[in-house]
Amino acid sequence: MQLYELTIHEAGRLLKNREITSEQLTTAVLERIEQIDDKIGAYLTVCADLAMEQAKAADLVIAKGDGSPLTGIPMAIKDLICTKGIRTTCASAMLDQFVPPFDATIMEKLNQQHAVMIGKTNMDEFAMGSSTEHSAFKPTRNPWDPERIPGGSSGGSAAATASDMCTGAIGSDTGGSIRQPASHCSVTGLKPTYGRVSRFGLVAFASSLDQIGPIAKDVTDTAIILNAIAGYDPKDSTSLPEPVPDYTSALEKGLKGVRVGIPREYFETEGVDPSVLESVEKAISTICDTGAERVEISLPQSKYGVAAYYVIAPCEASSNLARYDGVKYGFRASGKTDIIDMYRATRSKGFGAEVKRRIIIGTYCLSSGYYDAYYGKASQVRTLIMEDYKNAFESCDVILAPVAPTPAFKIGEKVDDPLTMYLSDIFTLSVNLAGIPGISVPCGFSPEGLPIGLQILGNHLCEEKILKVAYNFEQATEFHNKKPAV
Amino acid sequence: MNQKQNQVIISKEEVKHVADLARLDMDDTSIELFSKQIGNILQYIDTLTSVNTEKAASTSHAVFLPNAFREDEVKNHMDRNLALSNAPEKENGNFIVPKVIG
Repeated sequence: MQLYELTIHEAGRLLKNREITSEQLTTAVLERIEQIDDKIGAYLTVCADLAMEQAKAADLVIAKGDGSPLTGIPMAIKDLICTKGIRTTCASAMLDQFVPPFDATIMEKLNQQHAVMIGKTNMDEFAMGSSTEHSAFKPTRNPWDPERIPGGSSGGSAAATASDMCTGAIGSDTGGSIRQPASHCSVTGLKPTYGRVSRFGLVAFASSLDQIGPIAKDVTDTAIILNAIAGYDPKDSTSLPEPVPDYTSALEKGLKGVRVGIPREYFETEGVDPSVLESVEKAISTICDTGAERVEISLPQSKYGVAAYYVIAPCEASSNLARYDGVKYGFRASGKTDIIDMYRATRSKGFGAEVKRRIIIGTYCLSSGYYDAYYGKASQVRTLIMEDYKNAFESCDVILAPVAPTPAFKIGEKVDDPLTMYLSDIFTLSVNLAGIPGISVPCGFSPEGLPIGLQILGNHLCEEKILKVAYNFEQATEFHNKKPAV
Repeated sequence: MNQKQNQVIISKEEVKHVADLARLDMDDTSIELFSKQIGNILQYIDTLTSVNTEKAASTSHAVFLPNAFREDEVKNHMDRNLALSNAPEKENGNFIVPKVIG
């Protein structure tokens, strides 16, 4: 086995026993990136020198016996997380030259553990997209089939994890942006409860929906990363002042007494690929074989999730992105002598088409005379969607569902048809509206050999329950051990 | 698609107006494309009108949190030059912008 193939927990054990050094591990991962990232395009910035420095420092910490589970582990960071002194672009021309003067809270936490930052990963511009095609710089390719998208918006982090160009990764999820690429790339991705992980230093897209989370090679690694990044942060007034459990202690065998809810509506949705339904049904059987009890549930409002989301998210985005005006940081168009002309030229050149589309939808829905009909209505529907989940969790502990209606589609297939692109997030968006946690774990392959993911949802702050079910499913199957031939 | 496809959901003038509000310049080709694409999206969003929300409160946040109060204490702040380090144009610790008052 090559060092770059190791999981975090495997590498952690070898580092602790001094069988390998972080310097060796980091070198192996950097060489892997050098060899294959031309074909995948997962990284926007590779921090080779910094990573080697951090690796040497981590080796000293380990030598003193002070290591933590992420000490010396090469991590890929989605390029919308502010990293002090390292360019953070959000895959936008607007932030092409932006070098944050501070670290996001999760970076401080990773640095405290002496994790190694290997680089910054590609994404849809400002996290708006489901395919990573909306990056201003380049598309990222799916390691399982380079003609196809890796999912999005955390496509770079998922593709890097799947193709062993990092040992673990960080993504963010506003409507499925961790779970859907994890599903398309056959890795594990967890969107935590809203407020579980600090958003300080995460470039804002839709602030009531955004959440940072892990993308990893297996469930154990996912729990290890979540342990490191979760917790209250006084710098994020929406972070939850709740104690953080040791998520790895939830990874116990056996699901006796666990009730798994199957939402009827998700399995009756039109346009779901038969191979997705078949894999998810098989996964449900596997989970029930390990002792869980199947409960039929109903989420009657879920069919309105996409519509409510595509009012609320663009409204919040149009407001959040008003800050890009060419004054304080980021791109400024040159040659304008009037300030309004400068704003207009800056924003018109700095933003890509999808970002502009969403700003216009959001501005329209918030504009005088339309606010109640769109934002007001969507906010009420959001309440009903939340009540759906609340009712469902009275009769079950977790909900099982598909992640995406189809396996990864081809690059270019949906890029000119935004509505069709939006509908590819039909099973993930409601989770963000409700603020509950969800995980995607590999659960099969289509006849063409494309990965399929199983989504496991829990009630607020029930990450331990979904991790436990995910772990038991993983331990009963081999999907997470399959690697793409890059 | 259904028969509504040819109906104008959001006119080119409306797209232009909203783009103005959002400080975005758009050429005629983009306005025409956006009018069609955003029209399709708004038409889809219209399914929300069929939901009975008479008794539903509105939700603007995913988890209930009371106001987050803190003590008003003086803490270290970012160095001024560091805070200005990404400014497109700056002078004497200030941001420079085109003339605002004529």
